[in-house]
Amino acid sequence: MRIYADNAATTKMTEKAVEAMLPYLTGTFGNPSSLSSEGQRAKEALEDARARIARCIGAAPREIIFTSGGSESDNQAIVSAAENGKRKGKTHIVSDTIEHHAVLHTLKKLEKKGFSVTYLPVHENGIVRTDELEAALRDDTCLVTVMYANNEIGTLQPVRDIGGICRERGIPFHTDAVQAVGHVPVNVIEDNIDMLSASAHKFGGPKGTGFLYVRKGVRVLPFIEGGAQERGLRAGTENVAGIVAAAAALEEAVSDMDEVAGRLTRLRDRIIKGFSMIPHSALNGDPVKRLPSNVSFCFEGIEGESLLLLLDDRGISASSGSACTSGSLDPSHVLLAIGRVHDVAHGSLRITLGRDADEEQADTIIKETAEVVSYLRGFSPVWRDLCSGKTGFIL
Amino acid sequence: MALYSEKVMDHFRNPRNVGVIEDADGVGEVGNAKCGDIMKMYLKIENDTVSDVKFETFGCGSAIASSSMATEMIKGKPLEDAMNLTNKAVAEALDGLPDYKMHCSVLAEEAIRSAIDDYYKKHPEKRKDN
Ligand SMILES: Cc1ncc(COP(=O)(O)O)c(C=O)c1O
Ligand SMILES: [Zn+2]
Repeated sequence: MRIYADNAATTKMTEKAVEAMLPYLTGTFGNPSSLSSEGQRAKEALEDARARIARCIGAAPREIIFTSGGSESDNQAIVSAAENGKRKGKTHIVSDTIEHHAVLHTLKKLEKKGFSVTYLPVHENGIVRTDELEAALRDDTCLVTVMYANNEIGTLQPVRDIGGICRERGIPFHTDAVQAVGHVPVNVIEDNIDMLSASAHKFGGPKGTGFLYVRKGVRVLPFIEGGAQERGLRAGTENVAGIVAAAAALEEAVSDMDEVAGRLTRLRDRIIKGFSMIPHSALNGDPVKRLPSNVSFCFEGIEGESLLLLLDDRGISASSGSACTSGSLDPSHVLLAIGRVHDVAHGSLRITLGRDADEEQADTIIKETAEVVSYLRGFSPVWRDLCSGKTGFIL
Repeated sequence: MALYSEKVMDHFRNPRNVGVIEDADGVGEVGNAKCGDIMKMYLKIENDTVSDVKFETFGCGSAIASSSMATEMIKGKPLEDAMNLTNKAVAEALDGLPDYKMHCSVLAEEAIRSAIDDYYKKHPEKRKDN
């Protein structure tokens, strides 16, 4: 049996989510905007899904806008806040260096249009400091956007504190919670969140479906123009089947969260302990303030893609932040941001456990990884130089 | 995986000529850890022929497969042929590489050339072109 340990990339849909979706593909296939009985039944299902999803994060149904996923939600939230700010002469945004590209590239685009962005450092543990965030806020700050949980190193940001600071100052706060929703408790009220992005395929739902939470009183602008769907804030015939499946998946994830998160945290720490036995290796990101499913490691002297390919041969699917896996010459911006030098960042491995993970899987992952790392080091000129003392170990 | 051809995967999984030649006549190392691929070639030269070759590589699947294929292509061949090996020939012998992976195969060509340069530096009398 293969071990799928790349759940931060995407998850397999849960059986309940698939079951929930099927009736809306052929039976209740109507267009929610049409007055036919098929359409009205689809509309009912859509609104029911909206209410259920809202409940899972402590929101009101009217505060949920369905989108095509995390990227679109991020784009809409950030561009909206920027345009709202600009109208009031506010063109400064605060974010951080380890955001997903859906956020970073949107910010880069805004910078070209004259916005200035402060990228907070995340330090060695991969977490922003609230005092530094507070110091970065200005009178013309129109948005703070800091992710809830990082997709590569799994670190959890102090979202509640950040939200509190922003609320006090009257600055809109958006969080990319794509990796958090359905995995750790997220409550938009308690966490002081104004806007939140989520994506169904990260919590057992289908790809191409997500949502943006927008707190009542916060204004967003349509990102996709067209029909009046989603109260005019997101045009396009709703992905009813996907949305219904997303609701089913999220409800399941939330109701199982205590058990799953508890088990995965134990397995995560077991793998961290096992990987730590491999010489000259190091965990990326905070050991405690991290997603239950995430183990991110760097192994000195080897390159990540070859590690991945050999693990894949041995039945383990994982991922890496190495340059050669990304098609660019630079390793992951997240690993560089936490201070990993290029040489070390290339040798990274990301294990993200699935909700069905067990001890046997964890032990197989540890054993196979240790073997492959040792094999690759056996003919690595970098490793040879490190061992002979020609160059110095970093880890 | 569809990323690579069967040939690439074969050379990646079972790299030929892996290792070190302790008394090599020429050694070449190219690439750097910053860009993610490093290749080291060891050559044994007898009668202007590559009598033995070994490599060590830190790098991706394509870098390892290119090193392996390149060593096969020059082993037992005249030094001049080895000198003229191109990354294009290596990539072709591997049934192609993805575009953004071609730079990994360039390293194999460069590593061999660098090892031959090293050999000529140690044995200037062997150089024909001067
Ligand atoms: C943190 C984060 N934000 C945004 C996204 C983009 O989500 P989607 O694939 O739904 O557009 C992802 C997933 O790749 C992610 O991990
Ligand atoms: Zn490469």
